[in-house]
Amino acid sequence: MMRKMLDGNGAVAEAMRLAKIQVVSAYPITPQSPISERLADFVADGSLNAKYIRVESEHTAMACAIGAQLTGVRAGTATSSVGLALMHEVIGVAAGCRVPIVMPIVNRALVSPWSLWCDHQDAMAVRDSGWLQFYVENAQEVLDMTLMAYHIAEDQRVQLPAMVCLDGFFLSHMTDVVIVPDQETVDCFLPPFKTHNLYLDPNDPMFINDLTPPDDFTEMRFQQQDAFDKALKVIPEIMDKFTVMFGREHFMVEPYCCEDAEAVLITMGSMSGTAKHTVDQLRKEGKKVGMIKILSFRPFPVDLLRQYLAKVPRIGVLDRSASLGAESGPLSIEVRAALIREKDQQDIFSFIGGLGGRDVPPETMEKAFNLLLADKPLRNTVWVDVKENALNIREVIV
Amino acid sequence: MQKQPSEPMTNCKHPNKTKVLFGPVATIFSSTKTGTWRIVKPVVDQEKCSFCGNCQKYCPTDVVTIQKETENRGVSFDFDYCKGCGICANVCPKECIAMIPERGE
Repeated sequence: MMRKMLDGNGAVAEAMRLAKIQVVSAYPITPQSPISERLADFVADGSLNAKYIRVESEHTAMACAIGAQLTGVRAGTATSSVGLALMHEVIGVAAGCRVPIVMPIVNRALVSPWSLWCDHQDAMAVRDSGWLQFYVENAQEVLDMTLMAYHIAEDQRVQLPAMVCLDGFFLSHMTDVVIVPDQETVDCFLPPFKTHNLYLDPNDPMFINDLTPPDDFTEMRFQQQDAFDKALKVIPEIMDKFTVMFGREHFMVEPYCCEDAEAVLITMGSMSGTAKHTVDQLRKEGKKVGMIKILSFRPFPVDLLRQYLAKVPRIGVLDRSASLGAESGPLSIEVRAALIREKDQQDIFSFIGGLGGRDVPPETMEKAFNLLLADKPLRNTVWVDVKENALNIREVIV
Repeated sequence: MQKQPSEPMTNCKHPNKTKVLFGPVATIFSSTKTGTWRIVKPVVDQEKCSFCGNCQKYCPTDVVTIQKETENRGVSFDFDYCKGCGICANVCPKECIAMIPERGE
């Protein structure tokens, strides 16, 4: 065990080295580039025994990773934003063929407007693609969750690929003290990679990803859904095992000051820390507020949310992406769907904020909480940090 | 017509063990012999044929054999792999290749 000063990208690279990936096929993209660079350094200095394939695009990066992992090794890749969008086709291949690749996603907005900065739109665009998705809060959680993601994804009951989503710049480039476990402990925690499903072996040929007629397609989709259902049980098991071995606790859903709360705000990713801080501040002022961090977005922990929110009269969901044309953001839609079966209709309000790298400071959180606590009920979705002159920011002389 | 094989092409290492695989995968290679795709097949009028070799040159799967010298003079096809595309019939200057339906009219 060692304490190191690492940013989120550094923590990811450490975790991938500890998981002993044997093939790296990554294409650099801001803000993910330091991951590909650091893995290249590890291969060059011999601390990571892997083949580094310099691919020409993200589409190929994922295709190579799938092929490599099917031969029976862990393959590593990582991406962001439009890189993930370019991968879109092969993302589905990894999921459908049940290749348990772990891929860090350094969250960055999707075009257009062009942006290098953080929001969750890129990962949300692939939320239904059959990958597990974990949105982490800080650099330590980046490392811990990446290690756990290998274990979860490769579990024989699951066998699904996993995305570890870390907020671009806020996590990827922010340096923090990270406890890096030693290799022996990680080897005890994470079993060596073993293929349970499809594999590439010239002596025992298989035709993988062949054309599937309507007669079998539904069943194969159902197999994937069944794996997500099973993952709901497997994830807490592996998180418990992690706690026993490393002493740190992680939860699919983490409630904070929710027992007596009159209003609870639900968040994901790095802004969850700010939300906790704001809850502390508002509690000092006597306001009964709480927050919930959702770590596991896929599978979506419906039962846990129902349990934690059963007695909360007012619930707010802060989305860091928009579902344009929909009633609210993607996280908010999921929360509403999860709670709709409760007997007493709860008030669920939707907020959208922190897009394209806009900071979500305590002031924004406070505004959301105050809107939740206000007597006047909210309508529709509130873009909580939008400027008042939003429709008039590029005035030109004609 | 080429029959689709029903047995796996691979020699199973553990013939008594079975395992369920998830996702799109085939271990019985029923369509690797492209002759199974064929719905019409080429038939040559050997009397009219001049053995020019056009059909052999243009065949995309290289399944045409021409024997000029031997006693079994004639044009023959490897029906394991002939897909029945009909290019040979199209390029034949003597128009002596007919494409006949596999399953009859």
